Amino acid sequence: MAVCIAVIAKENYPLYIRSTPTENELKFHYMVHTSLDVVDEKISAMGKALVDQRELYLGLLYPTKDYKVMFRKLHNSYTVVMCNPFYNSGDRIQSSRAFDNMVTSMMIQVC
Amino acid sequence: MEWRRSYGRAPKMIHLESNFVQFKEELLPKEGNKALLTFPFLHIYWTECCDTEVYKATVKDDLTKWQNVLKAHSSVDWLIVIVENDAKKKNKTNILPRTSIVDKIRNDFCNKQSDRRSLPLFSRCCSSLRMPWCSTTSWTPSSLSMWSTSGPGVSVPPGALDCWVFLSCLEVLQRIEGCCDRAQIDSNIAHTVGLWSYATEKLKSLGYLCGLVSEKGPNSEDLNRTVDLLAGLGAERPETANTAQSPYKKLKEALSSVEAFEKHYLDLSHATIEMYTSIGRIRSAKFVGKDLAEFYMRKKAPQKAEIYLQGALKNYLAEGWALPITHTRKQLAECQKHLGQIENYLQTSSLLASDHHLTEEERKHFCQEILDFASQPLDNPGHKIVLPMQSFAQLRDLHFDPSNAVVHVGGVLCIEITMYSQMPVPVHVEQIVVNVHFSIEKNSYRKTAEWLTKHKTSNGIISFPPETAPFPVSQNSLPALELYEMFERSPSDNSLNTTGIICRNVHMLLRRQESSSSLEMPSGVALEEGAHLLRCSHVTLEPGANQITFRTQAKEPGTYTLRQLCASVGSVWFVLPHIYPIVQYDVYSQEPQLHVEPLADSLLAGIPQKVKFTVTTGHYTIKNGDSLQLSNAEAMLILCQAESRAMVYSNTREQSSDAALRIQSSDKVTSISLPVAPAYHVIEFELEVLSLPSAPALGGESDMLGMAEPHRKHKDKQKTGHCMVTTDHKVSIDCPWSIYSTVIALTFSVPFRTTHALLSSGTRKYVQVCVQNLSELDFQLSDSYLVDTSDSTDLQLVPLNTQSQQPIYSKQSVFFVWELKWTEEPPPSLYCRFSVGFSPASEEQLSISLKPYTYEFKVENFFTLYNVKAEIFPPSGMEYCRTGSLCSLEVLITRLSDLLEVDKDEALTESDEHFSTKLMYEVVDNSSNWAVCGKSCGVISMPVAARATHRVHMEVMPLFAGYLPLPDVRLFKYLPHHSAHSSQLDADSWIENDSLSVDKHGDDQPDSSSLKSRGSVHSACSSEHKGLPMPRLQALPAGQVFNSSSGTQVLVIPSQDDHVLEVSVT
Repeated sequence: MAVCIAVIAKENYPLYIRSTPTENELKFHYMVHTSLDVVDEKISAMGKALVDQRELYLGLLYPTKDYKVMFRKLHNSYTVVMCNPFYNSGDRIQSSRAFDNMVTSMMIQVC
Repeated sequence: MEWRRSYGRAPKMIHLESNFVQFKEELLPKEGNKALLTFPFLHIYWTECCDTEVYKATVKDDLTKWQNVLKAHSSVDWLIVIVENDAKKKNKTNILPRTSIVDKIRNDFCNKQSDRRSLPLFSRCCSSLRMPWCSTTSWTPSSLSMWSTSGPGVSVPPGALDCWVFLSCLEVLQRIEGCCDRAQIDSNIAHTVGLWSYATEKLKSLGYLCGLVSEKGPNSEDLNRTVDLLAGLGAERPETANTAQSPYKKLKEALSSVEAFEKHYLDLSHATIEMYTSIGRIRSAKFVGKDLAEFYMRKKAPQKAEIYLQGALKNYLAEGWALPITHTRKQLAECQKHLGQIENYLQTSSLLASDHHLTEEERKHFCQEILDFASQPLDNPGHKIVLPMQSFAQLRDLHFDPSNAVVHVGGVLCIEITMYSQMPVPVHVEQIVVNVHFSIEKNSYRKTAEWLTKHKTSNGIISFPPETAPFPVSQNSLPALELYEMFERSPSDNSLNTTGIICRNVHMLLRRQESSSSLEMPSGVALEEGAHLLRCSHVTLEPGANQITFRTQAKEPGTYTLRQLCASVGSVWFVLPHIYPIVQYDVYSQEPQLHVEPLADSLLAGIPQKVKFTVTTGHYTIKNGDSLQLSNAEAMLILCQAESRAMVYSNTREQSSDAALRIQSSDKVTSISLPVAPAYHVIEFELEVLSLPSAPALGGESDMLGMAEPHRKHKDKQKTGHCMVTTDHKVSIDCPWSIYSTVIALTFSVPFRTTHALLSSGTRKYVQVCVQNLSELDFQLSDSYLVDTSDSTDLQLVPLNTQSQQPIYSKQSVFFVWELKWTEEPPPSLYCRFSVGFSPASEEQLSISLKPYTYEFKVENFFTLYNVKAEIFPPSGMEYCRTGSLCSLEVLITRLSDLLEVDKDEALTESDEHFSTKLMYEVVDNSSNWAVCGKSCGVISMPVAARATHRVHMEVMPLFAGYLPLPDVRLFKYLPHHSAHSSQLDADSWIENDSLSVDKHGDDQPDSSSLKSRGSVHSACSSEHKGLPMPRLQALPAGQVFNSSSGTQVLVIPSQDDHVLEVSVT
């Protein structure tokens, strides 16, 4: 069950973050933020090999279930947002309905 | 061990603990008997067999039996290991492929098992047995939390699961510590720190549950809960019961007292933070630190909490996480309040009051905190709490009035700013102050009114970019480059000096990154003390945009830069330390000035012309009675018009008034009373001036066409033909603001150019005057007169001009002709004055009568002395001249008068009462129609008596057929050599020439008096050597010789037989 989905800029600020249920939003913000520690580690561990492989999936932060497909879907949707000529790279993702719907579907589907 | 996974996932290194147990059929698990914690089996068959025969005999059978047993128990994981002896292998090399034991086994057993893909995998297991750390990754909080929430489906008392998880974590950690050395543990913190963190978290929640974190300690309910939990733990397991330290003992101790809990919790927290920090997981470390801060706050130790909160907040700010920022700030505010850090607390409060992530109520609360503090009377009345303005209100834009931000000394400048209040409620501000820096610019040119009004033409609105507060500082979030083209022009002629591209926001791009992290620190703001302040008192800032207007009266000239913006609420001062982009206004002072300039490109003499007077008052105030005193220039009139008015403008060109101009003229002085005007205004008015045409100045320039001026050059003529003659008039003006006179020079151009010519018809004489209009205007000419200034009664000038009114258009000419008549002997020279009235053709009736245009000239030697007549006759017996055949040219020179004054010169000789003079004739054909055969010139002695004639006969040959003009016959006075006289002709003119000369420098004036044309003179004394004394030639003035045959033509018919005549031209 996906309870919180976030897209993080490479400077580590959230481009998009949404969680369900919404009343625990702050907790998820903290959680996503601290999880960046592991993301950082993974990125630096994969290093150059990652760039060459074009494999953007870092794997799991913790070995539970594998959500590769889900992340690929999220990344594809993010790419579409980036391709929007009216979107400034680095802005928070606020006005993309398609991206929002995709996140919603992901949260429901996995539940 | 490497775990190759299906579906394209990356292989993983995992740790597997294994036991080697001898194969027994009883040990194999039965169908359906699968326990949760059963270890899987991998069946391995080891053999040292290396001989094919032995294999076939025994090993193969044994293997088959083993396989069948496995199959019967549906066990599919097996491995056959063949141990090969290297020595043996060497000795007995298998030449044939696929005949080794391995191949045979593979053939016999593996083919049937083709679905197994991971067969070679396990042969590497030994190498990876050294990686115990991989397994601990599975003991991470998430898996544990799954157990704790979805594990055993029984109801447990609150905290029991926490206890169980805490114990599990610590036991795992203890086991790891038990089997590894320190260095190994240290190098694998990344794998264990999660457990430490999880254990810390669980202990914390247990502490909160059991009332161990509250200030007063646990109450009875808390104690009951603790007892239940401890009871639920049961007895310690026997294997650890005897050790001094065990997770069980630790938990029991921690829950037993407030102090013990604190010690254990702090130990765990610090250890976790340290571990996180050591492996670079800063965010996690900060997060644990925040929990710790919460704990300290509960324990009423805000001084210890602060550092953790600040640390976490700094991290969130740097990475731009809005919700954690707001949350941590709230905690920090509470902490700062407890610590009594007033400034910090107010600063945090202002940030929270403007934070949209908080509820309206919360925002109002924090805003009220500030207002409450601000309204408190302070112990130290002069003390100010200085806070950054950013969170309180933002400066959005600024507008100057006048919009060019330039004002004269004493002028009023308005600055309107838009402040966007971030507060949730209206805030009363005692005063808003702009701190202004004053500088006197060295470049005084910049301070002139012209420059300032010309160069600042913006709309006067300066916008300030809104700063996005919670945004991380990184390369990407830097503002875009603001690049602008830059042109620097020379102030004098506006020519381009330099050009380039400048970056306007370089200070934003190049500032140090750390500077933004001091957002929480109000200490960076310093209040500037300056002498120049703009102040606006008692303003209520409503939430959102507010307009605030500052008014100031400009005092000292210079440049004023707006530096700081401060808003005071009681003792709290919100300060915007730097106003950017730079905002400046200029104050200038100016000396009074008078400019006089023509309205048109150039002023024309003789007609009324408008001149614009501009009085720039500068710092001088024009009082009633102030006037300009113009000392009248000679020959320039200032025309007083009743209706002239003066306009008064402000320096920004807004018209303020107009007034009638009073002009009083006396003989010497014209006085213009100026209208009353305040300082820094402009008075403009127009006056008409008239430059009187002055006769001598004009006459001298005219071209004396009829006069003998042999050396006049063509170039000069052309030069004067295009530009107008000018006259300068200087006017000295006394201005009321100065004891010195201003001298103004006005240049007037004469619109006309006049030439005259003497025309003859036999002995009748005419004077022609040509008036050329050089100006762009059309004129009406009237009343032309030509008078003889010497007043000889004998002479009469009879006008042949029919019209009294004559228009003369721009760039065109008008000719006037008079006939000269006399009864007695005429004077040798005649002085004439031509005058013609003129007025601009387009204009209506002028108020004044204009002076006529005059032109004076002299005509000399105008009386005709000789008549020259030439005739060409066809050869005898022929009716017409033919080309190529010789014709006779008869020249008849007739003296028309008796001895006159003009004849009395060196050439005159007297014998027996008879006078004679020497003349030289010359026949020249410039058009090369004729070839003069034989001598083309000769000297004759001419009796000075009326009707004396001389006949010359010559032979000429026509070169072309058609009506040919006759060749020119020229007459010169032949003066004997006289040493006292310098020859008018230089030696070069005496060039021997054959008579067939073709004059290439042909003079285009048939009646030219010029002797400059080369090669036109053939000397009668050609035998004389050069350098010897030679006679001189003097051209007869045009008026003295009349060529009666000029213009006549002779018909030449072509000869029968065409032949080519070669003409060589040298």
